[in-house]
Amino acid sequence: MNTVFYLSAAIAIIATAMVITRANAMHALLYLIVSFLAVSLMFFTLGAPFIAALEVIVYAGAIMVLFVFAIMLFNLGPQSALMEHQWLRTSGWIGPAILSLILLSELVFELTSGDLHAPAGNVIDPRQVGAAVFSTYLIGVELASILLLASLVGANHLRRHKRVEDPLPRQQETSAVQNSTKDWSSEETPVVRTSAGKSPGEFQDEKVRNESQGTKNNTGEGTTSREL
Amino acid sequence: MANIPIEHGLIAASILFVLGMAGILIRRNIIFTLMSIEIMLNAAGLAFVIAGARWGQPDGQVMFLFILSVAASEVSVGLALVLQLFHWYKTLDIDKASQMRG
Repeated sequence: MNTVFYLSAAIAIIATAMVITRANAMHALLYLIVSFLAVSLMFFTLGAPFIAALEVIVYAGAIMVLFVFAIMLFNLGPQSALMEHQWLRTSGWIGPAILSLILLSELVFELTSGDLHAPAGNVIDPRQVGAAVFSTYLIGVELASILLLASLVGANHLRRHKRVEDPLPRQQETSAVQNSTKDWSSEETPVVRTSAGKSPGEFQDEKVRNESQGTKNNTGEGTTSREL
Repeated sequence: MANIPIEHGLIAASILFVLGMAGILIRRNIIFTLMSIEIMLNAAGLAFVIAGARWGQPDGQVMFLFILSVAASEVSVGLALVLQLFHWYKTLDIDKASQMRG
């Protein structure tokens, strides 16, 4: 049984190392499922069969299926793997990896400096877990249910696509168009200056800014012409 | 029921946690960042269960249940946000989302 624990720990560590180094997101996800299954086996050998079942059902089942659907929705082509290879340069990851290794060695040193503690040696069955959950940790269960409800509402709110144009910039746009029709010959058109290669957020910001400048210029020139 | 010293299990959990942390630090793809967060949460739950097995108490497993619910809610909201991000910027580069706007 000890061999099973150490073997599954090694599998979990190797699979997790593969997860954080893969370029293809779907391959990384499959390695992550392997890692979770190995951790589930570790739970089983540690005498927690209920948690082992939950790990398989919730982590390797539900959460990973959510990831799979998300990756399928992104519809990533082969050029995304090329992009990942560009991002994974050695100069980029060697620093954080060394720092993480130092932290890990400190942790291992602290854990191994004392003498070894053997476990209590009994299996904790789901009955005990359920009794503890619904007696001692009842408030925690309520809080977890509130958290899950909040995440449900939040995900449902974030799911819908917002329209590209908010009502406020559209009003400014129409006013700018009206102003520019008054004396369009003296006005350089502000929309031309927005370059096409920008992301939509920057594009919209700059458009609004230019239009507000444009209206300002328009009114200024209008007053000067009236004075003249 | 295996007779594993608590230190070995905690070392395995800390290796998994550090791997997840390194994944957050070295990857720019936001999907991989979310996966690394899952790895870290799972490693924390593993440490809880190991400590619970050391003392023979169910409290560690109860904490794992709470971590499980936190991970599930985090991944649902996180993936919805990533979908919105992908819809706006047409990329999964996390540096593109460095500016918040409203």
